[in-house]
Amino acid sequence: MNTATPGSSDLGTTMERKRKLRVLVAKPGLDGHDRGARIIARGLRDAGFEVIYTGVHQTPEQIVNAAIQEDVDLVGLSCLSGAHLHLFSEVVRQLRAGGAGDITVIGGGIIPEEDIPRLKKAGIKHVFLPGTTIVEIVDWTLKNVRPDSRSDSPGKKAG
Amino acid sequence: MFDERTLTDVRQGLKKWEAEVIKSAPDLAAKKRLSTVSDLLVNPIYTPEDIRDLDFNRDIGYPGFFPFTRGCQATGYRGRVWTLRMFSGFGTAEDTNHRWHQLLKEGETGLSTAFDFPTLMGYDSDSPKARAEVGKCGVAIDTLADLEILTRNIPLDKVTTSMTINPPASVLWAMYLVAAEKQGVGWDKVGGTIQNDMLKEFIAQKTFMCPPEPSIRLISDTIEFGAKHVPRWNTISISGYHIREAGATAVQELAFTLADGIAYVQDVIERKKLDVDTFAPRLSFFFDSHMDFFEEIAKFRAARRMWAKIMRDRFQAKNPRSWWLRFHTQTAGCSLTHQQPHNNIVRTTTEALAAVLGGTQSLHTNSFDEEFALPTEFAATIALRTQQILAEETGVVNTIDPLAGSYYMEALTSRIEDEAWKYINQIDKMGGMLAAIDRGFPQREIANAAYKFKQQVDNQEKIVVGINRYLAEEETPIEILKIDEKAEAEQVKRLKEVKRSRDSRTLAQTLNDLRAACQGDKNVMPCVIEAVRAYATEQEICDVYREVFGEYRDPGFF
Repeated sequence: MNTATPGSSDLGTTMERKRKLRVLVAKPGLDGHDRGARIIARGLRDAGFEVIYTGVHQTPEQIVNAAIQEDVDLVGLSCLSGAHLHLFSEVVRQLRAGGAGDITVIGGGIIPEEDIPRLKKAGIKHVFLPGTTIVEIVDWTLKNVRPDSRSDSPGKKAG
Repeated sequence: MFDERTLTDVRQGLKKWEAEVIKSAPDLAAKKRLSTVSDLLVNPIYTPEDIRDLDFNRDIGYPGFFPFTRGCQATGYRGRVWTLRMFSGFGTAEDTNHRWHQLLKEGETGLSTAFDFPTLMGYDSDSPKARAEVGKCGVAIDTLADLEILTRNIPLDKVTTSMTINPPASVLWAMYLVAAEKQGVGWDKVGGTIQNDMLKEFIAQKTFMCPPEPSIRLISDTIEFGAKHVPRWNTISISGYHIREAGATAVQELAFTLADGIAYVQDVIERKKLDVDTFAPRLSFFFDSHMDFFEEIAKFRAARRMWAKIMRDRFQAKNPRSWWLRFHTQTAGCSLTHQQPHNNIVRTTTEALAAVLGGTQSLHTNSFDEEFALPTEFAATIALRTQQILAEETGVVNTIDPLAGSYYMEALTSRIEDEAWKYINQIDKMGGMLAAIDRGFPQREIANAAYKFKQQVDNQEKIVVGINRYLAEEETPIEILKIDEKAEAEQVKRLKEVKRSRDSRTLAQTLNDLRAACQGDKNVMPCVIEAVRAYATEQEICDVYREVFGEYRDPGFF
């Protein structure tokens, strides 16, 4: 991967100022297609983020618990089974119910364009479609997610 | 294949040619490395020098004869073309039965079932885990009642059906056998395939339920039962497809698939004390056909040659049918693009042609809209027509293994074989595939290959039209199949009715018998069949498996 991107060079200074961004990559539902999720987990880790990957077959509840316990700034959901509308929305709903509505949630997978407005309305900040580069996701994250954005969140751990 | 004098001439000629290239096109000579999709380096030209160690009789030979490089059937496609088998399933059993009749009317010659995720994972449609997944990625099947609807008016003694089902394979197979029986078709007449390959689930596809050891035991039970009672059924389809789709190279796909095959054969011999020739002829395979045309053809040829050697030399099979590697092929879903989706028709055509030139026994061609949703009838028909055009217009079926003898094709076939043996030897040293999976070896090799390929595409080292070159200013919207949201409610309603109408005492008895079989070492199949007959649901049977054998959790490598 090209390391001389604006995104990657920003990252260095961001890191010096603040703690690393923490990201949870998660696979909700029964779908086992995890190639994309694993590539993104690795790409984000190589870009300097702290990444936790849930593995496949997670319920929204398990994902929300992991997000709160791990005190993440961003949750990336991947679904290729067609159940994204229900599963993604459910993760956001349960995050809010758990007092962690400030965690940014993004998604990707096999998702028809016409579903994107509904997902955004449900609180999914951005939907990445097939063909997105790792750099694009890293850049988007650096622009839209701040590691200090969750300073008041109840799940916050010391340090 | 060539005498020393010819080779000396070739070497001199090659030197002359290389000097000429450097003189007339220094830029071209210095051009960056060119490699296959799987990143095997490719030379500018191939000559007799590249296949000097090849022996025609030993390594190429004739179709129908060891080592089967040129095909298992002596007559190739001149006897019969491949089975046109379109993977399909969505919504309820009625929806899928309708699509099946449509495909058969359009000239499909075999059926292939796509199940929804709850069915694939052993959950009923009314399970909380099934919420929003029912009928989405395939057809929902909960009980024998659904399977009877699925196969309604399909002559099960004439059409063969493949079922892509893994942890609950024994259950769906039992349902199919009972449905056939109710149609009046005996088990000796019914033909088809269950995928039933759990090792590649742990390695790649991630549709898992119980841990590896009991999963293998259930597979050996089905293989034994098939060998004794259902002679025309392929009780396993040892699959490289999902390994490749998870990001493996062609070599890894081939090596890990054959290593899985070795593990299954070994287990049946040891656990069931069966003679290898009693079951080996019913082992079948399933490969991906990706975008690198020659690499794929070479992979298929190498696969047949390697399996023949494994069965004859390693397992001492005597029956030539045990040496055959018969395989189904699906074009590469992971090569399709969301962008400019109509281009996917061209990709699928190229991949299908590679599968045909590689001698596949059966073929599924993807539809151009599968980066959006399950295919519409329109898109699925084009995919089917693609196969019919290849079979009936292009003339590629007229001669068998037409690329044999090409310096490049033979060199690449041997190269892929050599590289795959290295992996197999490495896995043998680890103590076999189960031990290798336990160490995360194949999983990590695939993850590395997938990540490398993604970087190559992101860096434009590998070109994907519409993704990193020739981007469209504006995308043309296409029609997408929508699964009726009512399917879930309808399916749950039918399930409730079935549960209400069955004899609960018989049901409990059959499930108890199954539990006892699982706890001991009796073959589970007769008990599964009795439970299915009593209209046990898929999940009720799988819950017994989960209870006795435990559940496997994804270690989450990345």
